[in-house]
Amino acid sequence: MKSFIRIAVLAVALVWVSGAAAQNILDNTGISGSMQVDGVYYRPDDKLGITDSTLDGKVLRMNGFTEVNYSWRNFTAGMRFEAYLPPLLGYDPQYEGAGVPYWFVNYKTEFIEVTAGNFYEQFGNGMTLRTYQEWTLGYDNSIRGIRVKVTPYKGIALKGVWGYQRYYWDPYKDHNRGIVKGADADFYLNYMFKGLENSKVKLGLGGSFVSDYQTGKTLDYVIGDDIYTLTMPENVSNCGGRINLNIGGFNLYSEYVYKINDPSAMNHYIYKPGDGLYLNLSYSQKGLGISGQMKRIDNMSYKSKRSVTNNMLNINYLPSVTKEHTYYLASMYPYATQPTGEFGFAGQVTYSIKKNTKVGGKSGWNIVANYSQVNGIGKDALNDTTPVGQPGSLGYTSSFFDISDSLYYRDFNIEVTKKFGKKWKGIFTYLNQAYNRDVVEGHKNEYGIVYSNIAIADITWRMTADYALRWEIQGLWSKKAEKGYEDNTGDWAASLLELTINPHWFFAVSDQWNYGNPNEAMRLHYFNVNAGYTYNTTRIAIAYGRQREGIICVGGVCRYVPASTGVTLTVTSSF
Amino acid sequence: MKKLLLTVLVFTTITLAGVAQEKQAASGRPLPKVDIKDIAGNPFNTSNIKNGNKPIIISFWATWCKPCIKELTTIADVYGDWVEETGVKLYAVSIDDPRSTNQVRPLADGKNWEYSVLLDPNGDFKRAMNVGPIPHTFLVDSTGRIVWQHTSFSEGAELELIDLVRKLNKGEPLN
Repeated sequence: MKSFIRIAVLAVALVWVSGAAAQNILDNTGISGSMQVDGVYYRPDDKLGITDSTLDGKVLRMNGFTEVNYSWRNFTAGMRFEAYLPPLLGYDPQYEGAGVPYWFVNYKTEFIEVTAGNFYEQFGNGMTLRTYQEWTLGYDNSIRGIRVKVTPYKGIALKGVWGYQRYYWDPYKDHNRGIVKGADADFYLNYMFKGLENSKVKLGLGGSFVSDYQTGKTLDYVIGDDIYTLTMPENVSNCGGRINLNIGGFNLYSEYVYKINDPSAMNHYIYKPGDGLYLNLSYSQKGLGISGQMKRIDNMSYKSKRSVTNNMLNINYLPSVTKEHTYYLASMYPYATQPTGEFGFAGQVTYSIKKNTKVGGKSGWNIVANYSQVNGIGKDALNDTTPVGQPGSLGYTSSFFDISDSLYYRDFNIEVTKKFGKKWKGIFTYLNQAYNRDVVEGHKNEYGIVYSNIAIADITWRMTADYALRWEIQGLWSKKAEKGYEDNTGDWAASLLELTINPHWFFAVSDQWNYGNPNEAMRLHYFNVNAGYTYNTTRIAIAYGRQREGIICVGGVCRYVPASTGVTLTVTSSF
Repeated sequence: MKKLLLTVLVFTTITLAGVAQEKQAASGRPLPKVDIKDIAGNPFNTSNIKNGNKPIIISFWATWCKPCIKELTTIADVYGDWVEETGVKLYAVSIDDPRSTNQVRPLADGKNWEYSVLLDPNGDFKRAMNVGPIPHTFLVDSTGRIVWQHTSFSEGAELELIDLVRKLNKGEPLN
C-alpha cells in the first residue's frame, strides 16, 4: 500500500511536471503543414492517339506530397514526403518512387541564421543562383548542404551556401553532380546610415559570387565520326552585381552577371564566357503604374551537371520579360527564356479611370496594356574557318547591341476591367501574339512563327450574395503557316461556364474547340466537367474530360495541367 | 507496478499534450518571422506585420493569378469602409518570382489598391505559412496568431471575411 501511494504521488507529480512542460513547449510551438494529391484515371482517346497500348496498363497515376514544419523558439525543422506512383503524364518518369527529398533544421536569431539540410535560396533576381520548387511543374532544384545568413550590422545581409542539388531521387555519390558554393551580400544604405533613414532616395547595392565544382578534366565529344577530346574547367564561377534605387514613385532595378567558360550540352560545348543584363524602370502613383524592362542574355545556362539538358540542376534562373497568361487560349503559346541567347524588352501600363467621372462612370475602369518582344542575339563567326557554335571553340562573338532579326516572341495585350452596377463585372482582353515555335520548342525549321489574334470576354454575374455565375468566351485566330512550314493547330474557340456557391462549392463546364485545324481529323472538342468543394483550406476537386496542356484556373485556383483524357481528382490541404 | 506507472504517465502526458494542443489550435499559431521585401524591394521582416490591437488579413497573391486579382479588386471597393468600421489592415503578399517582381508595385498602384503590399520573390514566407494554391487568405488576431485561413476565392467570400473580422473584434468565437 505504501509503495502504491508513493508511486501514485510520484505519478501525479511527474504528470503535473510533464504536463506543465508540455504546456510550456506547446505555447511556443507552431506545427503546420500542407499536402496535395493529384490522381488521374487515364482513358484511351483514339483522337489524341492515346490507346491501351500507349497507356501501357498505367491507367491510374498519382503525384502527392505532405510537408510538415515544426517551430519552437528559434528553431524550425521541416520535411516533405513525396510520392509519384507512377508520375502523372507530362512529369519526368525519373520521378517514379516515394521518399523524403527535402528536410531541414534551421536556427535563427537576429544576428545569425543557420540551415542544415535542404534549402531554397535566391541571390538578387536569381541570375547567379536561385533554387526553388514548383510542385505543379515538377520543378525542384533545392540545395542540400549548409546555409548561413549573417546580419553583422543594420542594413547589411550576408549569405553563404554550400551543397549539392536535387536530381530526382539520385543520391549524391562519387561526384555524380557538382558541388555548388555561393556567397552573397546586400547593403541597404538607408538602414546603414542614420541620417538616411527617412530620405526619399533609397539605395540598395548587392553582389554575389557562385562557383560550381564538377569532376573530370576532359570530355570526349562526338560529332559524326569525329571524336574531340575537350579540356573541361572543373570550377565554373558566375558573379554578379546589382542596384535597387527608389526615388518616390520611381524605381530602378538592374543586375549584371558574368559567367566564365562553361562548356556543356546546353551550349554544345563552346568556351565562350556568358553574361546577362537585366534592367527594370518603373514609375507609379495611385491610379497609374508604368514599367519598362530590358534584358540581354548570352550563353547563361548554368547547371551543376554538364550533360543535363532538361529542367533539372539549374543553379541560376533567367527571368523572362514576357507576361504570363492564364486564360485557356491566351496561354496556348507561352514563352520560355532561351538561355543560349536572347534580347528582350517589355513595357506595361496600368491605369484606373476614376469613379464618378464622365468617362469612368459610377464604378470606374481599369486598363492594363502590355507589350513584350524577344529576339535572338547576333552571333558572328570567330574566323573564316570556324562555323558559329563550333564545339570546342569560343563559339562566336556578339556585340552588346547586336539584336538578330530572328523573332522569338512578341505579345501585345490589353485588358479592360469594368463593373456594371453592383451585380455585373467584365474583363475584356485582346492579345496579338507571335510565337517562334521552332526556337521555343526546339524544332529545326519545321513550324516557323505562329501569329495569332486572341479575344476574351470574362463576365461575372453575382446573382445573390453567395451565388455567382461566370462565363468566359474566347477565340483564337491564327495565320496559316508560311510556305514550306508545317501547319499549326489553326483557329480555336473556347467557352467556360462556372457556378460558385460561396463558401463551399463550384461547378463548371467548359469546351475548347479546335474548329479551324487544317487537319480535319484534329478538329476536336476538349470538353470538361468540373466540381469542387472547399472547406477552409481543404479543397477537393474532380474533373472529367479531355485536357489540353496548359495552365488552368477553375473555381478560383490556378494550376498546370498536362494533356490527357480521363478523370482527375485533386485534394489540397494545409493546416 | 512500474508498468502501471509508465502507462499512467504516458497516457496522461498524451492527454495533456492533446488538451494543450487543442488549446493552441483554438488560440492559433504565431506568425513565422521571415525576411522578405517591402513593395520597393527593401528588407522587411514579417515580425513587422502589425496593426496595433486590431485584426490583420494576409492575402497571398501574384500578378498572374486571376482569382487573386479578383479577390483583391473586390475587397478594394469596400476596403475604406472596412478600415473605418473595424480597423482591419490587409497585407497583400505577392509571390511573383523575379520574372514579375518588379511589376507588382506599378500594378498595385495602377489598380488603386490601398493595401500594404509585400514581396516574397522566392516563396520564403509562403513556405513558412504552408501556402500551396493561391489565393490563400489568413486572418491574424491582435496577438499575432493565425486564427483562420482559407484557400480560393468565390464571389461573396469577402462578406464572410469581414464578418469574421467583426467577430474577432467582439471577441466572439469564429466558428
